[in-house]
Amino acid sequence: MITEALVLSAMIFVLGTFGVLVRRNAIIMFLCIELQLNAVNLAFIAFSRLMGIDGQVFVFFVMTVAAAEAAVGLAIIISVFRHYETVNVDNFKLLRW
Amino acid sequence: MIEVLFYVFAAVALGGALGVVWAKSPVGSLLYMVATLASLACIFVLLEAHFLAAIQVIVYAGAIMVLFLFVIMLLNLGHDYQRDLKGGAFSLLSFVIIGLMAGVLVRQFGENAITEPTAGGRAIDAALAQHGAVGAIAQPLYTTYVVPFEITGVLLLVAIVGALVLAKKGGQ
Repeated sequence: MITEALVLSAMIFVLGTFGVLVRRNAIIMFLCIELQLNAVNLAFIAFSRLMGIDGQVFVFFVMTVAAAEAAVGLAIIISVFRHYETVNVDNFKLLRW
Repeated sequence: MIEVLFYVFAAVALGGALGVVWAKSPVGSLLYMVATLASLACIFVLLEAHFLAAIQVIVYAGAIMVLFLFVIMLLNLGHDYQRDLKGGAFSLLSFVIIGLMAGVLVRQFGENAITEPTAGGRAIDAALAQHGAVGAIAQPLYTTYVVPFEITGVLLLVAIVGALVLAKKGGQ
């Protein structure tokens, strides 16, 4: 079951990457990043069956970082939305070539 | 029995992940994400990470997803029904790239099949039997990893202050 869990985590990670690359809605891009973080969590837990409990401790830290990242990221999205009236990343022209 | 359950939850998780990428409206994406998170929590239970499964449901599916939903409702994005995929060559290119990534990862994981029970698995089962589901993870968290744990607290404080400053109306 460890191997299957690792394969599943690889598939979810790849799907998250695809979402980040092809979607334009900033909130959905964020959701896809959460998807990637969750895939990594699954890999950590699968590997913790192999290496001991430390993997689970790391999942704890990853979840905390994900929560902090979601709070700050959504605050940025809100303030960008106030400026541009949209969350479509194609419309964010500043700092782009 | 556990294998069958694993495959059921894995199918739900994969379908949910596809839904997140494919759904038209942000709220739809979010609900697919909740399905994915819940079935991943079930898989955590099958892998004997009981405490993390509970945290996954409470923190991820509970708090973070509600935060996302709150922002979608606040910005009134709930009826944004056209699909906003990037078109043409770029999505084809990213599809090729993720196809390669998936191939490499799945091949790597599939080739080195792991035979259970493993040494780490036995250690975790012993810790679970001795300390319980919470104690097994709290024991290393408060001894070996106590400094990262404190830094995590500081990180959360910084995140709270940062989010407040960024989202405050009419700031500098």
